[in-house]
Amino acid sequence: MSYIDFLKEYGHRFLDGTLVTAEQFFLATLLAICIALLAGLMKLSRNRLIRGVAVVYIEFFRGTSLLVQLYWIFFVLPLFGLTFEKFTAGFVAVGMNLGAYGAELVRGGIQSVPKGQWEAAYALSLSPFKRMWRIILPQAFVNMLPPWGNLLIELLKNTALVALISVSDLMFEAKQINGSTFLSAQTFGTALIIYYVLARFVVTPFMRWLERVMRRKLGRA
Amino acid sequence: MMDEDFSQYPLELTGDDIPMVRFSRVSKRYGALTVLDNLDLDVAAGEMITIIGPSGSGKTTVLRMLMTLETINEGVIYVDGKPLTHMEKCGKLVRADRRYLRQMRAQIGMCFQHFNLFPHMTALENCMEGPVQVLGMKKAAARARSEELLELVGMADKRDQHPARLSGGQQQRVAIARALAMRPKVMLFDEVTSALDPEVIGEVTTVIRNLVDKHNLTMLMVTHQMGFAKDISDRVCFFFDGKIEEQNSPEELFSNPQKERTQQFLSAVKEAG
Repeated sequence: MSYIDFLKEYGHRFLDGTLVTAEQFFLATLLAICIALLAGLMKLSRNRLIRGVAVVYIEFFRGTSLLVQLYWIFFVLPLFGLTFEKFTAGFVAVGMNLGAYGAELVRGGIQSVPKGQWEAAYALSLSPFKRMWRIILPQAFVNMLPPWGNLLIELLKNTALVALISVSDLMFEAKQINGSTFLSAQTFGTALIIYYVLARFVVTPFMRWLERVMRRKLGRA
Repeated sequence: MMDEDFSQYPLELTGDDIPMVRFSRVSKRYGALTVLDNLDLDVAAGEMITIIGPSGSGKTTVLRMLMTLETINEGVIYVDGKPLTHMEKCGKLVRADRRYLRQMRAQIGMCFQHFNLFPHMTALENCMEGPVQVLGMKKAAARARSEELLELVGMADKRDQHPARLSGGQQQRVAIARALAMRPKVMLFDEVTSALDPEVIGEVTTVIRNLVDKHNLTMLMVTHQMGFAKDISDRVCFFFDGKIEEQNSPEELFSNPQKERTQQFLSAVKEAG
């Protein structure tokens, strides 16, 4: 069987899997951003309890394996009465894990905003919320974009793990195809290329574009 | 902290001649270092006071305390007769909470050495931010006010530029307009020309001079430019070691300093050019 024939035969399944991977990526990214923002801000709180919760969260999710976390959410939490569908369990685990990494980026981004900006916002009597939301975060956001680009590529690749709880993503489809055809080189080679294309020609250009847009908003471009 | 006693300070200033700003026995310490030592200073409404002195003498701290960017260890600051750093609670003065501070400091505008314009906003948006977000003005009204002020500082044609596209002098002029947009009773200028290239200092001092001449604002200015201080101040305070070593009208203080330290400082500044 030539590679062309192989693609003709199984292409639609790779495509289906890729779509599921894209969905997992998108939802996990949304969750990761929300968690990163929340935990990052909590980590900068004056309140020790709030800070403590963020530290425990970040330490737990960064310090343990994503695969184990995935299994916990899918196999262990149901024992405590908390059941997720496998699709949900997949992106929740990936999003919560990468969100912990993102929290550090948010914290660092906020701290990289010069002290003079805080003082100017304070001198204008802006409320703490408006100071953060309107003055500090937009600037922190720009500073954070390059490391977020890295993180999102990492996130995309990590979604492959959801195949292990039978979410029918790209990796899952590849394993299925391999199981019935034993054409391992073609199968996993194709999966490899698709992951690379998604990272290199979708995620990276999007982040570059976002950086350009934000730089223009700052009048730097 | 709980049993601090401010009972020797009045709840508010009364009488005919209330100063716009009063520092009443204000001290500021960082650990063992005393930055300001028992400062008493009154600034009358409409007065322009310049603070000069060697670095580390506490002059910038005076402005930062008035902006409530720094807490004070002892004493009370009053603005327009009302306590700024403290508030009344059950007939007694206690340290102000954050809400009270935010409300009070809206009466005070400050310009910084490094301008600190918001880089993600245009000149006009920088000026509108306070009126819209703090004073709750309608956008159209805030825009009209901001455009008027940008006109005043000679920046109307650059209203839609971001700070990154403006020179230092232009940024500082926008920063002055931004502070004025809050209609403050007191304006603070903290070394506003120190970070500027020599050739653009004039455009900023012209704006400040204009304010002094045409507007009845109370102003405190920290500067290293003695010529400028001499020209526009009503009174000059020479700070040394956290205290006012000498204060006088600019003519007197610059041409006839009484204290030895003032003489030394002025001659050192003169030599440096």
